[in-house]
Amino acid sequence: MQQSNTYIIVYSAVLTIILGLLLSGSAQVLGPWQQEAIALDKKKQILGAVISAEEIAAMTPEQVNAFYSSRISSTVVDVTGKEITKEGVSAEKVEIAKDYKKPAEERAYPVFIFHAEGKPDQVESYIFPMYGAGLWDAIWGYLALDTDMNTIGGITLAHAAETPGLGARITEAKVQERYVGKKIFDESGALVTVMMQKGEGKKYDGDAHKVDGMSGATITGNGVNNMLKAYMGNYEAYIKAKSTPKAVVAAL
Amino acid sequence: MSTETLEKVVVVKPSESLLSKRRKKLVTDPLIDDNPITVQVLGICSSLAVTTQMQPTLVMAISVIFVVALSNFVISLMRNTIPARVRIIVQLAVVATLVTIVSEILKAFAYDMYKELSVFIGLIITNCIVMGRLEAFAMGNKPYDSMLDGLGSALGYAWIILTVAFVRELWGSGAVFGVPVFQYVSSWFGPDFSLATNGLMVTPVGAFIILGLIVWVQRTKTGYVEH
Repeated sequence: MQQSNTYIIVYSAVLTIILGLLLSGSAQVLGPWQQEAIALDKKKQILGAVISAEEIAAMTPEQVNAFYSSRISSTVVDVTGKEITKEGVSAEKVEIAKDYKKPAEERAYPVFIFHAEGKPDQVESYIFPMYGAGLWDAIWGYLALDTDMNTIGGITLAHAAETPGLGARITEAKVQERYVGKKIFDESGALVTVMMQKGEGKKYDGDAHKVDGMSGATITGNGVNNMLKAYMGNYEAYIKAKSTPKAVVAAL
Repeated sequence: MSTETLEKVVVVKPSESLLSKRRKKLVTDPLIDDNPITVQVLGICSSLAVTTQMQPTLVMAISVIFVVALSNFVISLMRNTIPARVRIIVQLAVVATLVTIVSEILKAFAYDMYKELSVFIGLIITNCIVMGRLEAFAMGNKPYDSMLDGLGSALGYAWIILTVAFVRELWGSGAVFGVPVFQYVSSWFGPDFSLATNGLMVTPVGAFIILGLIVWVQRTKTGYVEH
């Protein structure tokens, strides 16, 4: 009886329904916690561009949320650097991964502004989200620029499926620290960003536009380079607009 | 039909205690003598990939213990109803469901670990230890015994990957569970002294070497030879 086709078909169908119910049930029940975890993780990534990973790791989720809301304000701009003030548009809600599929001119570009506690005018750095392709899947990150709008204050990089131990190392503090203090514009004001080099172990202290590479992960490194170049290009108008008046204020 | 036979068996030998000698052997055998990694050489892929640090390795170990023990238990409960022709698919479906649930739980409550382990949690489905135990044991034994057998195999897997992770994290990153041991130790010897870490340990190659050494030591001790 157990070998009959009817039995097998009915057995499989019933099993599929039971397991399907179990799975959708667990997804339903756990959904709210997962959403919360994802939102918290995004905040951590944004903050990671301006404060160290150890500091973030030491914070409880409540502290992260409190710190984020007291220190980060945000705006959304378009590719020409103009602020998008449409109803319902907020930097936290922009899904960069979805926007990435649109042409660069049509995307919304969130900017996260790190400011002194409770003083939104006292800007300490500007944080720009980025998105691109690694070796296997998407990579993304947040780049913080100091108020000179040229010096990199910090960067967080993340990935969906880079090779552990190789490309996945972009998430490590040791790799991300290499970007700190580098410049995205050259002396003439042209956008050159920062290029991760092939090979590992060389020092690029003297070169403001090069960082040491990751051995065995050149393609992931190239992905990071392309992402930086593309997104800094998209934000260039905004960055330039912010840097000129600032320089004047500083001179006064 | 199946419940009747089960009851009969229970009546015939009600004396076997929950932790009888035979049952203890089910758990302890795979720890050394029949270790899934070092003797059966199963589950190598994940043991190489996740073992750069202790913490994700521990999470991986717990997940595997959960999946193997529970899938053995569930499949053993179902064993008399499973049609022989689709048994592998049925086993896979059960294993995949359990693995997905583990992955969802991690995503909700340990998001950092979920990110770090990423594909490797999903890949527990293809871990040969799981299917191996289902086919070799759970399909022909009672639920409780099957669960113990799964627990044993998973523990055998767990201690090996934890050992590999300990060596790799200590030597590769100078830390244990993220605590920078090398830094502390270096500071005892004065400010200029620092223990060097070895980058090889961070790559999968390091795991191969450590695993090879463990197999060597173990086989020297137990005298196990492959035929």
